[in-house]
Amino acid sequence: MSAAAPVVLAEGLSRTFGAFVAVDRVSFAVSPGEIFGFLGSNGAGKTTTIRMLCGLLAPTGGSATVLGLDVGRQAAEIKRRIGYMSQRFSLYSDLTVEENLRFWGGAYGLFGTAVAARIEWALATAAIEAQRRTLVRELPGGFRQRLALVAALLHRPPIVFLDEPTGGVDPEARRRFWDLIDELAAAGTTAFVTTHYMDEAERCHRVALMHAGRLLALDSVPALKRTFPAGSVVEVSCRRPAAAMVAIERLAGIEEVALFGERLRVVLARPSAAGDLAELVREVDGDGAAVAPVDPSLEDVFIHVIARAEGRAA
Amino acid sequence: MRTLLNILVKELLQLRRDPKILPILFIAPVFQLIILGYAATTDVRRVELAVCDLDHTAASRELVAGFTRSTYFKRTAAVDAQPALDELIRSGAAKIALTIPAGFAAERSAGRPGSVQVLADGSDAMTGTLGLSYAVGVLQEASAAAGVRPLVDLRPVVLYNPDLISRDYMVPATLSMIIMVMTMMLTAMALVRESEIGTMEQLLVTPLTPGQVIVGKLIPFALVGSVEVLTALPVVLFLFQVPLRGSLPTLLALTAPFMLCTLGLGLLISTMAHTQQQAMMLTAFVFILPQMLLSGFAFPIQNMPELFQFLTYLVPLRYYLVILRGVFLKGVGFAVLWPEALTLLGMGVAILLLARLRFHRRLG
Repeated sequence: MSAAAPVVLAEGLSRTFGAFVAVDRVSFAVSPGEIFGFLGSNGAGKTTTIRMLCGLLAPTGGSATVLGLDVGRQAAEIKRRIGYMSQRFSLYSDLTVEENLRFWGGAYGLFGTAVAARIEWALATAAIEAQRRTLVRELPGGFRQRLALVAALLHRPPIVFLDEPTGGVDPEARRRFWDLIDELAAAGTTAFVTTHYMDEAERCHRVALMHAGRLLALDSVPALKRTFPAGSVVEVSCRRPAAAMVAIERLAGIEEVALFGERLRVVLARPSAAGDLAELVREVDGDGAAVAPVDPSLEDVFIHVIARAEGRAA
Repeated sequence: MRTLLNILVKELLQLRRDPKILPILFIAPVFQLIILGYAATTDVRRVELAVCDLDHTAASRELVAGFTRSTYFKRTAAVDAQPALDELIRSGAAKIALTIPAGFAAERSAGRPGSVQVLADGSDAMTGTLGLSYAVGVLQEASAAAGVRPLVDLRPVVLYNPDLISRDYMVPATLSMIIMVMTMMLTAMALVRESEIGTMEQLLVTPLTPGQVIVGKLIPFALVGSVEVLTALPVVLFLFQVPLRGSLPTLLALTAPFMLCTLGLGLLISTMAHTQQQAMMLTAFVFILPQMLLSGFAFPIQNMPELFQFLTYLVPLRYYLVILRGVFLKGVGFAVLWPEALTLLGMGVAILLLARLRFHRRLG
């Protein structure tokens, strides 16, 4: 990316809990102003990684620096300079918006006029000025999420860690939340986000795919999609998709079949298998059935990368 | 300092916001005290008395009158034969049975003491023993009135609580209960709540140190505990008329080390419990009940088997009860109670250090 020193640098970062390897030799670098996505299913090691980077958990192997500070030895210094928003809702629901902001500002050493100015900034940025005296428990989910984000940014951290920040929020609120992250990143704040939503990952500048503690792929979304040769992902429209699906699964050269409403989405091991597939579908479903290439989605990439990794491991 | 104040303000705001907590904090203790003050009294009045007078003389009637004149006894039955008396005790209709044998008056007029039989129902040990000692008192008085010298002239003198009013002894002790429930349980629950809702992790990713978070949590509840004591004291002093012979500042100063222990235990409990419910159960059954049983609050320590007597030394409440009863009833202060105060201080510091260690490990 840029020549600037990385904001986060992990080298062989590992964490074990007894015999269980939660994070397995993970290496990556995050550049300033980047929206860096950490994509993986539950238990992939995303939260453990973020907790190590925030100084909440000591690594058991490898090393990592955040803003040039070592996560093992300089955790206290790191905590002063980063923002963190956990997947669990982390504001006091029995305090008002303003009281929460004042408290969390104080926790970062902001008092008096300094905190007052930042509270105004936070209310404006999250568009919740009108709710300043509302108890947090009475706020809609989307408002709370934005409030939690700006609360983590009161002390102007150059980087904010967001651990599955939009759990349980409706799509419109999620979209607004991500607009906010875009704005912040444009203003220079680095965002390190974990998620298991594909649409959220699509909005990241670069995405790291994590599975079973290992980092399987790391690149921009378009580059990740190019791991498939053109024509590897096709859509099948037919009259009886369920029956067709059973037949397709038996065909050689098919990596993945999934039913999306009336259509089937098929990932081919190689584009040349498309001919066999079209023939089979017409055989099963009649001449009306059609096979057309489509753009691979991030989910296709994700499933493909995991299947490949597990195949290699087996 | 400003950091601590920030946490303090937040805690107090949260306390104020909780509509259920305020009555629990300030009304419940007073009720608790009133109920315990009236119920936890071991004084016995109007003991059921059955009489079997086989002498039928003026002297025997005078002796029975001696019993019934006092408010300690209430004659529920008069029978003519010993077996009937036994039956009354067995059925529970009488707790004390008095038999005056034939020839009682004749012995007395011969200048000899004369003997009577008093039976007590030991199945209700408290009433039985107290009834028996009242009976002995009545008989001694009767002997003195008749000019007969008893075999042993026993004149016990009770110091500090001359009327042996159990309320004077029990009510101050209930103060300790209030402190335990309020500081220990509330501290434990408040800390566990932060972990439950996820704010604890958020707190620990800020530059706040675990020590600051802990102290910020303990101070508000120490304040609450102090306010509790001050709310409950008027009930003790004015409603129950328990004398405070020592000084109030001494009492409050000696309460501080005990509160250090209860707050520390609250913190310790919070490192063991995952939910507020668990914290409550742990507090009630693992930390409060055994303390009550092993501190001399409910049962005299002297009567316990040696192992249990040894265990009582590990119970902070034991020392605080000595302090409470010492200050209230004996009017003593630091000069006498410093060993207890020092022990509590040491225990409090040790408990806090242990809890602090566990607190860190739990989140590490």
